Amino acid sequence: MTPLTGDVAAYLRNRARWSPLEIAFWIFAFATIWLFPGKYLILKDTAILALFALSLDLILGYAGILSLGQAAFFGISGYFAGLVAKYGIINEPVIALLLGGLVAAALGFVTSFLVLRGSDLTRLMVTLGVSLMLYEVANRYSNITGGADGLQGVEVAPILGRFRFDLYGRNGYVYSLIVLFVCFVIARRIVYSPFGLSLRSIKGNALRAAAIGIPVKWRLVAIYTAAAGFAGIAGALLTQTTAFCSLDVFSLDRSADLLLVLIIGGTGYLYGGLIGAVIYKFLQDWIATLTPQYWQFWIGLVLVVIVLLGRDRIGAWNEAARNALYGAFGRLKPRPAAVGSER
Amino acid sequence: MLTILFDGIAYGMLLFVLACGLSVTLGLMNFINLAHGAFAMAGGYCTVVIVNRLGVPFVLGLPIAFLVTAALGALFERTLYVHVYTKPHLDQVLFTIGLVFMAVAATDYVMGSSQQFVQIPQALQGQFNVLGIGMGKYRLLIIVVCGLLTLLLQGILTKTRFGSRLRAAVDDQRVARGLGINVGVVFALTFAFGSGLAGLGGALGAEILGLDPTFPLKYMIYFLIVVTVGGTSSITGPFLASILLGIGDVAGKYYVPTLGAFVIYAIMIVVLLARPQGLFARSAAR
Amino acid sequence: MAILETEGLEKRFGGIVAAHDVSLAIEKGARHALIGPNGAGKTTVVNLLTGVLRPTAGRIVLDGRDITALEPHERVRLGMARTFQINQLFLDLTPLETIGLAVSERLGSGGDWWRLVGSKTAVTDDIVEIVERFHLADVMHERTAILPYGKQRLLEIALAFACRPHVLLLDEPAAGVPEAERHELLATIAALPAEVTVLLIEHDMDLVFSFADRISVLVNGALFVDGAPEEVARDPRVKAVYLGEELDA
Repeated sequence: MTPLTGDVAAYLRNRARWSPLEIAFWIFAFATIWLFPGKYLILKDTAILALFALSLDLILGYAGILSLGQAAFFGISGYFAGLVAKYGIINEPVIALLLGGLVAAALGFVTSFLVLRGSDLTRLMVTLGVSLMLYEVANRYSNITGGADGLQGVEVAPILGRFRFDLYGRNGYVYSLIVLFVCFVIARRIVYSPFGLSLRSIKGNALRAAAIGIPVKWRLVAIYTAAAGFAGIAGALLTQTTAFCSLDVFSLDRSADLLLVLIIGGTGYLYGGLIGAVIYKFLQDWIATLTPQYWQFWIGLVLVVIVLLGRDRIGAWNEAARNALYGAFGRLKPRPAAVGSER
Repeated sequence: MLTILFDGIAYGMLLFVLACGLSVTLGLMNFINLAHGAFAMAGGYCTVVIVNRLGVPFVLGLPIAFLVTAALGALFERTLYVHVYTKPHLDQVLFTIGLVFMAVAATDYVMGSSQQFVQIPQALQGQFNVLGIGMGKYRLLIIVVCGLLTLLLQGILTKTRFGSRLRAAVDDQRVARGLGINVGVVFALTFAFGSGLAGLGGALGAEILGLDPTFPLKYMIYFLIVVTVGGTSSITGPFLASILLGIGDVAGKYYVPTLGAFVIYAIMIVVLLARPQGLFARSAAR
Repeated sequence: MAILETEGLEKRFGGIVAAHDVSLAIEKGARHALIGPNGAGKTTVVNLLTGVLRPTAGRIVLDGRDITALEPHERVRLGMARTFQINQLFLDLTPLETIGLAVSERLGSGGDWWRLVGSKTAVTDDIVEIVERFHLADVMHERTAILPYGKQRLLEIALAFACRPHVLLLDEPAAGVPEAERHELLATIAALPAEVTVLLIEHDMDLVFSFADRISVLVNGALFVDGAPEEVARDPRVKAVYLGEELDA
């Protein structure tokens, strides 16, 4: 083996290794179960939002698809999980969760062919159109979905037949956190795989990607479908942990807030959605205690300010913070898998 | 049946006046302005305030709404939008959605969340009956006003010097700059005018569309449909798209009320699939 | 035997004819150059060959197989790769990742979403061979966006080469490369394996005549002259239309 071969092999091996900082992140995430016993509800919402944001990051941050309709997948799976629990069709939450993800992925697969044509604006319109259509359908069949009042009387059976969804939300949070972690590990494998690399190349230069033999369209269909699945799992989690589901799962606000979450955290490096969700929930909690009614105004202001300041500048701040942390841990350099914030 | 057609046309013309400013900004600067509806709402509320509270006659209220929102548009364009034109679409979407959220919450704060009504003069209420077709007087007014505005717009675009500059800038910005056209000024004026039209539309439409703080969110998708389906290369495209959308929506809500706007969304998606550049766009092959 | 052939290839954009009745035959292992004055339609022909554009008429045969209707990526899999006149690289990736991407794709693991990049030794070995051949070892961990232009140009060719094509289309490979970096680039092109057929689209006459063993001249979208370099250089019509123009300039 020549030195160069060793170098290349070692580089490729190490590229996807978990850094100490990442391990610390997850240890802390699980430690919150014991650290903040009074905060289970907001922690659980954060975990679900983080998973939802992760799904958007996969298509926006890695594949460059601009979408305002991720709520469609969140919502359809949310209703699925609610309905199967309400009518006792599937009593095991974990199975319902996985099936919910599959339902959303199926919808993602079908709609991907609509989305992958045309310009940014067309994509925006079609993604938005799909979620609004689902909203209308759910509203139309209010005898099934409960319409504007939401789906009442959902009773979710204990997880694996043992762990009840308790009043304090402890089991609900642990459940959500474990699901988030498992999904994160899968997403992480995806982005470090040859498939993930090919997505980044498509985002960077679709013309060239096709010119080296990458079937661009099919790769985008695949990631759109997978991301829909993740969004679906997030939606089902929300229904299962709140025993409720309402029309608002399909709303534009939900998709728009999601964009904000991802922008706060930074796109194109998996942790963006997670960190963004934590900051967003914290902000929301804080502002809501000040002016509960006009929370939306402050979200809007944050969006406007972020854009005017420049996302790259915020990305740079982000990167500087990460580098400082890596420096403190002093061992591994940040890996180039963190795509520079999307410009 | 014909009444539906009539209502649909009135509705469609209203949508056109509301959305045509958006179509021009999109075509001119390739800028996605999701906050266009906020200007329409501003026009609506402006009319409510001056007509209902200050007692200004309705007929005067409309041009005032136009002027106020045009000024507002110019202000926002110069101070905020101008920084965002060259940014990627994602930024534009975030920025304008942010503005929408702020507008919605601020309106709620100032005016309350309940629906507002503009006091319309007695003379404009009620119906005519022509050959057995019931025509609302107010809707007839909308058709007349919007029709005149459309002709005026077409005239400005094709006959005046400003119109030819604008068309040159839409076709090819670099060439237009090379010809000594100040694209920035053209754009600011167009933006202000488009916002003003939206404000006028909002004032006229408050009666039909309803006016509450969620207006910009509720109608955003309609404006966007007009623009994407109609294409941005002329004003005829958005005009036809508006009329179709208006008739389709009124008919859809009349015949299959339970499906709501489903029909419209479905049609939009089908059209965009068949013609990603819009139904009335110039052929892409050149 | 011709490895790449076109028959009556034609491309119209509205009223403009960008390529007219182009019938090329490129022999296996050839160093074939396609030259012509600016706007002669050279890049249009490349785009037709690689599937970026669809011809209005005519057909393209690669290795005895009609590829006229195939997608660009399918043509790559059948053994035809190209470089671009203006670099088309993945600026956020490193050269190592860029080449790893193309190699994974060719070895059929491009769609793997669970395995890590380079977990197969075949992939690693191939990456190493290409990195060395194109003198990229010293910069392989840098972001592509910050590489010197000459290195980017090398990577441009390395990326096409990583698809292990039977036919390699080089679209003005030396364009814009500063003098200091030019030598390394030309030496690398000259050292391409003999079994790879090369179609060179070029402007630079020195490069063409030092490299090619056959030359086709394209003028106004149509094939004008086709022959060995000496014949083409002697041909009075070529001198008039093309070389003459060079001299005047």
